[in-house]
Amino acid sequence: MSMPMFAAGSDPGANFGELLKRVGMSPFAAQSDTNDLTIPHATTCVAMRFAGGVVMAGDRRATSGNLISHRSMEKVVQADEFSGVAIAGAAGPAMEMIKLFQLQLEHYEKVEGQTLSLEGKANQLSMFVRSNLPAAMQGMVVVPIFAGFDSLSDSGRLWDYDVTGGRYEERDFVATGSGMLHASTVMRVAWRRDLSANDAIKLCARALWEASDADSATGGPDSLRGIYPVVASITKNGWLAVDDTALAEIYKEITNEVGLR
Amino acid sequence: MSMPYYVPPEQLMKDRADYARKGIARGRALVALQYQDGIAIISENPSTTLHKISEIYDRIAFAGVGKYNEFDQLRVAGVRAADLKGYQFSRQDVDARSLANQYSQILSQMFSEAPKPMEVELLVAEIGTDKSSDRLFHVLYDGTVLDEHNYCVLGGDSDAVATRLKSAFKPDLALNEIVKIATSVLAGSDRKLSHEDLEVALLERNGRRRCFKRIEDSEVQALLG
Repeated sequence: MSMPMFAAGSDPGANFGELLKRVGMSPFAAQSDTNDLTIPHATTCVAMRFAGGVVMAGDRRATSGNLISHRSMEKVVQADEFSGVAIAGAAGPAMEMIKLFQLQLEHYEKVEGQTLSLEGKANQLSMFVRSNLPAAMQGMVVVPIFAGFDSLSDSGRLWDYDVTGGRYEERDFVATGSGMLHASTVMRVAWRRDLSANDAIKLCARALWEASDADSATGGPDSLRGIYPVVASITKNGWLAVDDTALAEIYKEITNEVGLR
Repeated sequence: MSMPYYVPPEQLMKDRADYARKGIARGRALVALQYQDGIAIISENPSTTLHKISEIYDRIAFAGVGKYNEFDQLRVAGVRAADLKGYQFSRQDVDARSLANQYSQILSQMFSEAPKPMEVELLVAEIGTDKSSDRLFHVLYDGTVLDEHNYCVLGGDSDAVATRLKSAFKPDLALNEIVKIATSVLAGSDRKLSHEDLEVALLERNGRRRCFKRIEDSEVQALLG
């Protein structure tokens, strides 16, 4: 592999996607007609703000038609130190988009010597979603949530997207995927401006529980295999994933509570 | 009719080498040293924004001396090559040796074919899983690659700095000790360097994915005591 160097006029700068195009490794290359294929769809993800930042959570199930094709998918991933992405939609393009997005943030940081602003990161993701539009028209829809801690405003911020790359900043909470209706109802009822990090984590876990209870394509906590949703908080100290023992405890509480009603 | 004049190739190469060496000698020196938790790279650099030392990949750092715009262009090319390779294959496949070889190709080509050779010297450092797998590749202006051990000196007055370092260096020192040694060998006997004159960065064996760490000015001050 030779070292990529460019003339001043055609230099891709810190744009990794553009760099891939220049060297002939274009991301999101044209896809064949995949209408008749059953694509594993990744499913319910939520994010909400709390006093010190944001919490993100997502279930682990991937389905292919009626089949559960994967039980431990990670649909909520860390994008960089202060942000994360949650993705619902066709698993293949979604994972590729996350990988490319993480790389873009790191690439920018190394080339420019400083990190992108949170707003800049959200905008970058919107361009990725937009460039996936031709594939989305053929059923390979990818709809992410982006959330992070904004050091400029000293608060958590979150965005959701539509398939055309439209970017919408949400004030309080957001859900995406086939179980989004159930999850957002739970959050709508219980969300308060002054939630603590712990309460926000519990509320996200509860929202996913209700979504998995009513939506067959969303996975619930799987204590048999020890697989729990991915839940993480992002504060001024960065990304912190909630570990499985703590999640097991939270879901035990929820199970008990549901058993009593 | 004007007479075409003949320059023997030996003379031509010597002139180019002198030109490059003079350019590099105008800049300040830089040292990289192994210490107990990894590799420390320390340079004399009064600027806090135009860095000589930077991150290339998870375990790889880059340092350049000489003409800033030239080594910065090479730095960006290195970040691109590394990120592309990691994207195309796997993060484990990105290594310093291959980057050093690519730099060597570019520099040797520039040295013999370009209107002027590049006035830079580069360091490609990689931190391994243990001390014995650390790598320090020193690439010269003409593309020569040196595989150095324990420590490496680049840039202006490097011979004198290397002589001083040879007697001062000890393996497995703590970070504050190694920074003090580096500062004194960079300064020499008749000068004194303060934290404001230094740029310090580390490749730390810290168990995390990204091992590169820039040491802030206040922290350097604390290390120098």
